[in-house]
Amino acid sequence: MPTASRDIIVSNSLGLHARPAMQFVDTANQFRSTVTVSKGGEKPYQADGKSVMQMIILEATEGTPLKILADGDDAEIAVEKLARLFADKFGEE
Amino acid sequence: MEIKKGIGVSPGVAISTALVLDAENLAIPRRQVPLANIDAEAARFDLALKEAIQSLTRQHDELIALQRKEIAGIIDFHIGVLNDASLTSQIVAEIRDRHSTAEYAVSTVMRKYAAVFSKMTDGYLAERVKDIHDIERQLLQRLMGQQRLDLSHLTSDVVIIARDLLPSQTASLDKEHVKGFATDAGGRTSHTAIVARAMGIPAIVGLGNITAEVSAGDTVIIDGNHGVVIIDPDEQALAENRGAELRRLQLDTERASLLELPAQTLDGHLISLMANIEFPGEVDEALRRGAEGIGLYRTEYLYLASDHEPSEEEHYGAYADALLRLKNRPLVIRTVDLGADKYSQAKSANPERNPFLGERSIRMCLHDIPMFKRQLRAIMRASVLGDVRIMFPMITTLMELRQARMLLNDVMEELEDEGVSHNRDIPVGMMIEVPSAALMADKFAKEVNFFSIGTNDLIQYTLAVDRTNEKVAGLFNAGHPAVLGLVRDVIRKGSRSISVSMCGEMAGEPLYTLLLLGLGLTTFSMNARDIPEVKKIVRSTTMEHARQVARRVMSFDSERQVMHYLRDETRKIDPEAF
Repeated sequence: MPTASRDIIVSNSLGLHARPAMQFVDTANQFRSTVTVSKGGEKPYQADGKSVMQMIILEATEGTPLKILADGDDAEIAVEKLARLFADKFGEE
Repeated sequence: MEIKKGIGVSPGVAISTALVLDAENLAIPRRQVPLANIDAEAARFDLALKEAIQSLTRQHDELIALQRKEIAGIIDFHIGVLNDASLTSQIVAEIRDRHSTAEYAVSTVMRKYAAVFSKMTDGYLAERVKDIHDIERQLLQRLMGQQRLDLSHLTSDVVIIARDLLPSQTASLDKEHVKGFATDAGGRTSHTAIVARAMGIPAIVGLGNITAEVSAGDTVIIDGNHGVVIIDPDEQALAENRGAELRRLQLDTERASLLELPAQTLDGHLISLMANIEFPGEVDEALRRGAEGIGLYRTEYLYLASDHEPSEEEHYGAYADALLRLKNRPLVIRTVDLGADKYSQAKSANPERNPFLGERSIRMCLHDIPMFKRQLRAIMRASVLGDVRIMFPMITTLMELRQARMLLNDVMEELEDEGVSHNRDIPVGMMIEVPSAALMADKFAKEVNFFSIGTNDLIQYTLAVDRTNEKVAGLFNAGHPAVLGLVRDVIRKGSRSISVSMCGEMAGEPLYTLLLLGLGLTTFSMNARDIPEVKKIVRSTTMEHARQVARRVMSFDSERQVMHYLRDETRKIDPEAF
């Protein structure tokens, strides 16, 4: 199975709060690949990218570096789309 | 095993099963399901989940149609959580692997998440714990068909775990089965604390998020002496705490042996020890503990226990009940002291910005004369049934006192006209619980028959501390020299012509017994359970010694010195005092 990964930095001011977390999970669920989002640093955590609860627990505030990892036949495009959400700051001004 | 530290507000140790209440009195039962029913139980959860998602989706669409995107976003998040397979699979696993009921499984898993959320450092994210509670409630309501628990009829012993206890919840508690309280919110003199002390059961408040940490059915130790809650204790913790409980019972028995003996100092000064009560039924317990009468009957519960203002007959019935039990011992009835409490504020159309400085207590009564007179009439009618005395709370100016007395005279004249018997010479007293009244004690002493010092409010108003606010509760201290100065002056000025008692919590704290004796206080009114200990100290000292202690204390300039010195002096005469 192909895997793909991308390092990103949370850049929207409220961080990965309820709405962006939902947006992320909704997007992740469009793909067959498994999606994992991991955070290093003092409180390392690995979240299932299809679980909104785990994405909240990730506590990804503004400036947090994250790694998005997808595993499955559509891994490449999944990572591309998910990383774009962060680049677009989840549509926040 | 997990240990949580809070504020111990009522002493003692309870070991029992947890009953977790949410804000709406929904109790979460733990029940294992028999193996054969597990599929049905899992199906029940699936159905509740589907229904909850459907109903939320409908709400969401309606909100979108109304352009209320903000709230729709929150609902969308709730739907997302309910659709979260990693969450629902945990709930199903709890049912299938541990044979839990659907309710218990939901509550356990959601509370685990709530605990994680509430520990997050990011304030915004930590706030989401409210959503978790909300989602849990939605599922539970579907599962349980919105059954409310009747707290007045429990079938086994429990400790109650709640966010905060409301007067409406505690008024009807089953006193036989409730063994302790632990709450998320509250301070040293919050409602929960007062009720627990009155019931003589341990309580710990200000635990932060205990409702998320404990699941119904967990074994919990509530150690009110140290302010510690132990969840799922191990064998060692259980054994230690059972030992502590046993020692406390032994001490109680030892103190009970003082019951028949008078509260008299070694040099022969007799002191009056009375009890504070909230319900007539508490009179029996007070007498068992050696109270000579009731120095403070708080009448608020007549209002809080029912959904309507009590009628004159309901007032009269309660007073007559208490008097019958007292058999001619004194009963000091305090007119209603409501207003600043959460209950009144919640009911009010215009909640006050500063309720403790607002229309509370006697101020409220003087603004609602028909209500006030109903209570006064009932008290006057009861006044021929025993030794009844009447007391007005929160007096701050002479005008208020005179108005209240005038209304009392009106009521007496009305009764006179109607030919209803009453005691025209009923002793009339007032609480001294505001600095203005304390400072003018000599003036007030000319217009009443007795004073009773209410220390909780006196401290609050002197030190400007909200005692229920955990952030500043530490500043609330009866030993503050300013408070002690006021207490000393009130006793001194009042005792020249009238009797002075104290009914605040300070009166029941053994730490202050020597000091208060030395300042000349002769009547102490307290929670019944504190009487034996205070009596023991009274009986172990001389007035001469108490006066020396008081002189020394009044020379200190910090509450720290006061507390240290009093602790040492009290331990010298009673090593087991604390």
